[in-house]
Amino acid sequence: MLVFLEMLRKTLIFPGFLFMFIYGFLLQFLDRKIYARMQNRVGPPWYQPLADILKLIGKKVIIPEDADAKMFRIMPIVSFSAVACAFLYVPVFGMHAVFSFSGDIVIVLYLLAIPPLALFLAGWYSRNVYATIGASRVLTQMFVYEVPLFISLLAPTILAGTWSISEMTAYYMAHPLYALINIPAMFTALIAFQCKLERAPFDSPAAETEIVSGPLVEYGGRLLAFFIMASNCELVLLVSLFSAIFLPFMTGMVWVDLLLYFAKTLVTLSLMILLRTTMARLDINHIVSFCWKRLAPVALGQVILNLLIRGVL
Amino acid sequence: MSDKGKNLVVIPIGPQHPSLDEPGCFTITLEGEKVVNAIIGVGYNHRGLEKACESRNYYQDLYIIERVCGICSHTHSTAFCMAVEELAGLTVPPRAEYIRVIVAELERLHSHLLWLGIACHEIGYDTMFMYTWRNREKVLDILAAIGGNRVNYGVNTFGGVRRDFDGTISSAILKTADALEDEIKHYLDIATTETTLMSRLVGIGRLSREDVIKFGAVGPVARAAGIMDDIRVVEPYGAYKEIEVHAVTDTRADVYGRTVVRILEMLESLNIIRYCIKNLPDGIIAVKAPRRVPAGEVIIRVEAPRGEDIHYVRANGTDMPDRVRVRAPSEANWHGMKHMLEGGYLADVPITIAAIDPCYSCTDRAVVIRSGNDTEVMDWMGLREYSINWYKKQGVDISSLKL
Amino acid sequence: MAKIGAGKITVEAIKNLFHKPATMKYLGKGTAKIEIKYRGRIQYDPANCINCLLCMRDCPTGALQIINKGTKETREMKAVLNIGHCIFCCQCVDSCPKKCLTYSQDIDFARTNKADLTVEL
Repeated sequence: MLVFLEMLRKTLIFPGFLFMFIYGFLLQFLDRKIYARMQNRVGPPWYQPLADILKLIGKKVIIPEDADAKMFRIMPIVSFSAVACAFLYVPVFGMHAVFSFSGDIVIVLYLLAIPPLALFLAGWYSRNVYATIGASRVLTQMFVYEVPLFISLLAPTILAGTWSISEMTAYYMAHPLYALINIPAMFTALIAFQCKLERAPFDSPAAETEIVSGPLVEYGGRLLAFFIMASNCELVLLVSLFSAIFLPFMTGMVWVDLLLYFAKTLVTLSLMILLRTTMARLDINHIVSFCWKRLAPVALGQVILNLLIRGVL
Repeated sequence: MSDKGKNLVVIPIGPQHPSLDEPGCFTITLEGEKVVNAIIGVGYNHRGLEKACESRNYYQDLYIIERVCGICSHTHSTAFCMAVEELAGLTVPPRAEYIRVIVAELERLHSHLLWLGIACHEIGYDTMFMYTWRNREKVLDILAAIGGNRVNYGVNTFGGVRRDFDGTISSAILKTADALEDEIKHYLDIATTETTLMSRLVGIGRLSREDVIKFGAVGPVARAAGIMDDIRVVEPYGAYKEIEVHAVTDTRADVYGRTVVRILEMLESLNIIRYCIKNLPDGIIAVKAPRRVPAGEVIIRVEAPRGEDIHYVRANGTDMPDRVRVRAPSEANWHGMKHMLEGGYLADVPITIAAIDPCYSCTDRAVVIRSGNDTEVMDWMGLREYSINWYKKQGVDISSLKL
Repeated sequence: MAKIGAGKITVEAIKNLFHKPATMKYLGKGTAKIEIKYRGRIQYDPANCINCLLCMRDCPTGALQIINKGTKETREMKAVLNIGHCIFCCQCVDSCPKKCLTYSQDIDFARTNKADLTVEL
């Protein structure tokens, strides 16, 4: 019974869902504030993301006549629950996630493929011209970044010899110098994460000046709030995954590890904000050619390198 | 091959759209992401300015003409003042001419900075948007100190200018010019070396030299194709007769060429402002203008930030003009838009529209609707009779109105 | 000419992180200031007015009204301005032959009631 309550506490409160929500708001606030300060502006106050979600929950939901009402309502929940479920397998601090077993990195990657698909279906079932074009761009972008993303996240597992994220973190903590071998994969993973979150320079599916926020054009009210929460939580998930796989410095003491976790995720976030601030939005054709011609070869090279080193060891 | 085999999607951009500052409807037909057909619809901002000018006296019309556009307001009011001065036979004092040039070049500076920000926003480069508009604020502060308002600065009056400026404003202008020169050179550096920006601008919206002549484009659109049509060089007016202007041309004939032309024009404007302040002549700033303008008709051309601006004024000896016609430069640039959009991609549509620097309020003068093949030419009295009879059929009698 | 690459604006962006923001707070309790010659609300001196109505004739929008409450010999002049219609061009200031009208830098005109926009000068 106590074990069950302990499991419930870990899942729901810390390091589970409640922590994910609050940290998601904090990361979104930091993202917008640092972005604004880099542009010489003031930026929003600390409660802005929470205020946005609360405002959206209070608004009326309008569903277009031609749209499929059932799918329209289900898609935000599907997207959000996939991200929340995937978060349980990522080690937040320390070496153990809430649940971990061999092969959980594959589960996380599969669950992470659901939000773009939900976005595509949301745009498709909205029966709006802008949403359809945005949805097809989401799918195009997903096809091109999935390959470099999978490869660059699975390359470290080849070196570690295990398919569980928690065990991989433990392996790299025991041999910290091997983490330096994974640096090319680190760069491709960072860029692929930027693609996955649909942030500039890869935000062509939701280009405001061309297709007016893309697949989510017809969404409003609490359904849009769920999509935004899903996007926030995806940000938390991806920075945690990045710091667990590529930045495995840990000491073993609980409170120091927590601070280290915050430091690592904030550094990752700063790199993503820098990418967002300093580049223009790329055309969808350029994204396709960039991902296939530049990202995929580097990721493949990393896999080959890791295989060779594993063979030597 | 029939259209049924292809998947054609019709997407409306406008009249309300985040990429347009002002309403305009572009109906784009897409095949996948490629644009196969574009229908340009402007005319949402028609205000009946020219008709309003005919029933007000010249002093009132000065402010109506100034508000044709918010960004190129000084050039419109300069052209109108020059028209009335030519009809009345006035000679504007040299100090007023120089002050007009200084304000015109400051306006060109703020207009091009605004354009650079909007163009970067259309391609998703919000950081440059914020930086250019921050620098634009410095120019607007100077204009507020000279004229009294940030836009629509009423500096002109018939016979000269209304406001003079002294040494403090001159030194403030020179200090701002130095600060802006560093910033604008930095923007030129970014525009010519940043890959993501260049990948969105190079090769987009091509309008070759022959097409520019065929469609009659003016301003930076024509200068980017290698045609020198800067009125300050071709037919100098006012103080430009004494100032040497090095107008900028480029050969690329696409959106990237227009960007480079505008940034280099900003640097040239700074040089002109510095020269004018150094050589500002002394004297009075205005001569007295008559209330009743002698009869005649005149055409005046000035160089607005967007191109060649033509004003036609016909006076009949009273204190109200007979006919005022404003041909703003944006009106001439729309004709080539269909050619520029077709064959491109959907992602290039906003930046192509923004690259001609459209001012929808300047454009909307008159709408031509042709239905059927029979045309008829009516003179003014015949048109008046026709409209009175049309309204009588609706039950409204307006024959007693004096227009 | 510098090398072509992406992210050219990085150095300036990071430097701006440590500067004060360029946003100025609005007037009421902020740092934005109004220039000396900014065209604001019109001010009227009834003592010198000769009721020529040139200002009314030259106003582009017809926002200004000069009313003589007294008689032709003993004038009691009043001016009423519709701030909603006024475009602050100050042509009335230039047209007045006796220089009764001047402009101030008062620009806070927002009201909640349309009737409040017609003020007496």
